[in-house]
Amino acid sequence: MRTITAQQISDAVAALCVRANKELPEDIVRAMRFAAAEEPWPLAKSTLGVLCENIDAAAERNLPVCQDTGLACVFAELGQDVHIEGDFTQAVNEGVRRGYAEGYLRKSVVCDPLRRVNTGDNSPAAITVELVPGDELKLTVIPKGFGSENMSRLAMLKPADGVEGVKRFVVETVQAAGSNPCPPIVVGVGIGGTFDKAAALAKHALLRPIDQPNADPYYAALEKELLEAINALGTGPQGFGGRTTALGLNIETMPTHVAGLPVAVNISCHVTRRASVVL
Amino acid sequence: MEHRLETPIDKEKLKALRAGDMVYLSGTVYTARDAAHKRMMESIDKGEPLPFPLEGSVIYYVGPTPEAPGQVIGAAGPTTSGRMDAYSPRLLDLGQPVMIGKGLRSPAVIEAIVRNGAVYLAAMGGAGAVMSASVTNAEVICWEDLGCEAVRRLTVKDMPLTVAVDSYGGNIYESGPAAYLASLKGGK
Ligand code: SF4
Repeated sequence: MRTITAQQISDAVAALCVRANKELPEDIVRAMRFAAAEEPWPLAKSTLGVLCENIDAAAERNLPVCQDTGLACVFAELGQDVHIEGDFTQAVNEGVRRGYAEGYLRKSVVCDPLRRVNTGDNSPAAITVELVPGDELKLTVIPKGFGSENMSRLAMLKPADGVEGVKRFVVETVQAAGSNPCPPIVVGVGIGGTFDKAAALAKHALLRPIDQPNADPYYAALEKELLEAINALGTGPQGFGGRTTALGLNIETMPTHVAGLPVAVNISCHVTRRASVVL
Repeated sequence: MEHRLETPIDKEKLKALRAGDMVYLSGTVYTARDAAHKRMMESIDKGEPLPFPLEGSVIYYVGPTPEAPGQVIGAAGPTTSGRMDAYSPRLLDLGQPVMIGKGLRSPAVIEAIVRNGAVYLAAMGGAGAVMSASVTNAEVICWEDLGCEAVRRLTVKDMPLTVAVDSYGGNIYESGPAAYLASLKGGK
């Protein structure tokens, strides 16, 4: 049994909130620079050039990459042999509060979905905990912007719709999103499970680096095929037209019921942020 | 094509802009998002003065991050313009000539743009740091209680923008993807 204190968790989450908002993950930066170099359409190429400049400007000026510094989605892989001293949820939310204050990040959370009063400190986080073997705690923070989150969709398809139905739903969702999610986008797809699990899988898919294909060759091929279909839509960077509509697409799956085929598409933008630490 | 624009905006100058052109804007820009637009509508209804003159002015849909000590403004990229669609035609009809945001507008807004010889410019969505670099001064002038949504007066220098909808109704969100796809069919 290892003990991790609430204080350690708060400190880690605060640091991750700041880091995630100011430095994009390496796979995303690589994909952006590659897209800017390869894009054939002139307005799209210059647009990608500005977006790459923005990544550098954020680092030089110590600014967040985007002003929508998101709702903090916090994923914890908690070792079964860890004892947490103090309240875990409170510790995470305290970390969010501190990170968003100390990092001069925008406070974009309202305390109630209908009465809409800003909480003033960007808490609470959207927390997902998974129990894993071992005595470590891995924390990942994904600050999720809502320009792209709002374009996400879920469908309960029929088993007869099959893989073609899934492809159609994913491509239509991206096409309908158009310029709103700040293309080039990153797409997380969840297939299977139940209504709620499909959505969780889609969000989980955004945790995986986009240069790491699904371990199952069948789904790796489907990821590639869907990405190509999306990049044939013509939407392009910012929706101004061009090849680069999406930088990457990840699929996560789980078993489902004989009578169902849930599919969820979680859309993220070129500012796809994630930062992790292991305690 | 590249253009330079200065505020206050002379509508005559907007006639040269075409969807897809680059614009470098210098001068004064007012920030307003959903909540500020709602309050402006209420002020107009009651016949109360607005926080800034509409004629010749530029509205930017942005909610910046807080500035750290020594910074003029935090990250300051655009928010989704569609949420302002319900309010924009009224402002355009009152003489407001230039809007800056990101993403598609409704047919009603595009009609109001054409009717008034206005333009809709797109700032780079998600380019918060680059957009911030063109702002040389920022001050909250009204509705401070709205936090990041408060109305600010920004002084900008060569703010990089793309003409999204021109004064003739040309719309890059339609013509851009269509032109790219046509180029593929034409065998490049
Ligand atoms: S969709 Fe992404 S890039 Fe666009 S404003 Fe939101 S967080 Fe920023």
